[in-house]
Amino acid sequence: MSKKLTTVDLARTSVRELNQALHHLSARTKQKHWQILEPRGRHAIACGLNVPVLVEIAGHAGYYCAGMNQLATVIIHGNTGVGVAENMMSGRVHVKGNASQSAGATGHGGLLVIDGDASARCGISMKGIDIVVKGSVGHMSAFMAQTGNLVVCGEAGEALGDSIYEARIFVRGKVKDLGSDCVEKEMRDEHRMFLTKLLEVAGLKLKPDEFRRYGSARQLYNFHLDHAGKY
Amino acid sequence: MCGIVGLFIKRKSLEPRLGELFAAMLDCMASRGPDSAGFAIYGATVPPGQLKLTLQHPDENYSWGELAKTFERQFKAKPPFTVNSTHAVFVLSAKEEALRHFLRQEHPVVRIMSVGRSMEIMKEVGSPASVLDRFKVRQMGGSHAIGHTRMATESAVTTAGSHPFSTGQDLCLAHNGSLSNHNRLRENLKREGMEFQTDNDSEVAAGYLAWRMKKGHSLSQALEHALKDLDGFYTFAIGTRDGFAVLRDRVACKPAVMAETRDYVAMASEFRSLSSLPGIAKAKLWEPEPAAVYSWSVQTE
Repeated sequence: MSKKLTTVDLARTSVRELNQALHHLSARTKQKHWQILEPRGRHAIACGLNVPVLVEIAGHAGYYCAGMNQLATVIIHGNTGVGVAENMMSGRVHVKGNASQSAGATGHGGLLVIDGDASARCGISMKGIDIVVKGSVGHMSAFMAQTGNLVVCGEAGEALGDSIYEARIFVRGKVKDLGSDCVEKEMRDEHRMFLTKLLEVAGLKLKPDEFRRYGSARQLYNFHLDHAGKY
Repeated sequence: MCGIVGLFIKRKSLEPRLGELFAAMLDCMASRGPDSAGFAIYGATVPPGQLKLTLQHPDENYSWGELAKTFERQFKAKPPFTVNSTHAVFVLSAKEEALRHFLRQEHPVVRIMSVGRSMEIMKEVGSPASVLDRFKVRQMGGSHAIGHTRMATESAVTTAGSHPFSTGQDLCLAHNGSLSNHNRLRENLKREGMEFQTDNDSEVAAGYLAWRMKKGHSLSQALEHALKDLDGFYTFAIGTRDGFAVLRDRVACKPAVMAETRDYVAMASEFRSLSSLPGIAKAKLWEPEPAAVYSWSVQTE
């Protein structure tokens, strides 16, 4: 173990105190490695970080874990509740277990890796974040996704990419069905190259040709009476 | 918001600790529902032909002994009973309809919380911690329990509006969510002869399931129909004499997480509530899929 490891036991310290301590770190801090014990599903652990530190959570976290993250790396050695890494700006969040619904919601940047499954609405309204799910995602994933990439190594639930804008979706397994205005698209070399790189960064040795690409048909951008039933 | 918890003991030796384990789970959900709390606990089962009647009176000093005497006059046998705060549990050898009729005529202020051979429903206004203390839940044993912490959105904060709601003998429902078609559905069910005590949407869901089962449907069939007929958001926890069931609506906005070990099956609105259970670190954990009926039961008798 690193000498500079700072350990915080949430059975003794409140989440508010922990987050306050993390917020007070300067970019030149020597406390670069944090270990959080006894998370027991508590909400809002390691939210709003804005310095390049490593935070490891030893167990299951609750809602909005690592929300609004900038620059930091947060590793959760367990499952996470609703909205892990929601509105992430940059940095990396890695869930070793499963994530509940709305993982990576509205994220602007950075990388979210989920080793297990993510449930409903993974990547809802994503705005530039990259999300790599090694397992499967639930229904309504990438709903209204604007930019960024959602990579699913397993399967996708109902209504994938409903009302999607310019985000890209790559799915390796079965897709139950596509949402309104989401279509399968050709996998071109630029996509293969990009996906190869992203999978590598996420620690995966999968071939891009195992995936299929989905994106917007761009039919619902502006209201048109012929499409009224699809909105 | 609201919180739901359920705990079903698989290992018999753990049954005396049901109340203690369950109370910690319910207390943890106080942040989701601080207005009122309640639970249905499945303890000792009375023999066939007898019924456990859980009654409530708003006055904590109400003389249940006097009520027992009127029972004795009517049903020709002195019913044993235990008082627990504002509630009392009577054991009687009588038909449910006769008991309901008698209470409606003779004791209109006394409210029937539950009828069955095993289940007791107790609920009150106040924080979950105060409700757990009031009914001494930590000292209770049993095979399983369903609990609810309420943050009222659809109707008044009252004892009658608290959960769980009884849906028939040894059956109950706890609901997290809100139904949008409950007024029309209530009117339809009233025409079918169902009775309602409140303006509460969840009571309509309970009445709906009770009506389906009265018509001969199984619990699973009733829940399958509920997916079509109930409009709104819901995660339901349903207690039965020998187990419990969980159902989430198709959109599944309302959370639920399940845990299973060799010793128990547990569900809660949030993982936090499960974190106090023994062996949770090694439990199988998952979220119930939308629009899928999950149920557990043990063979009794």
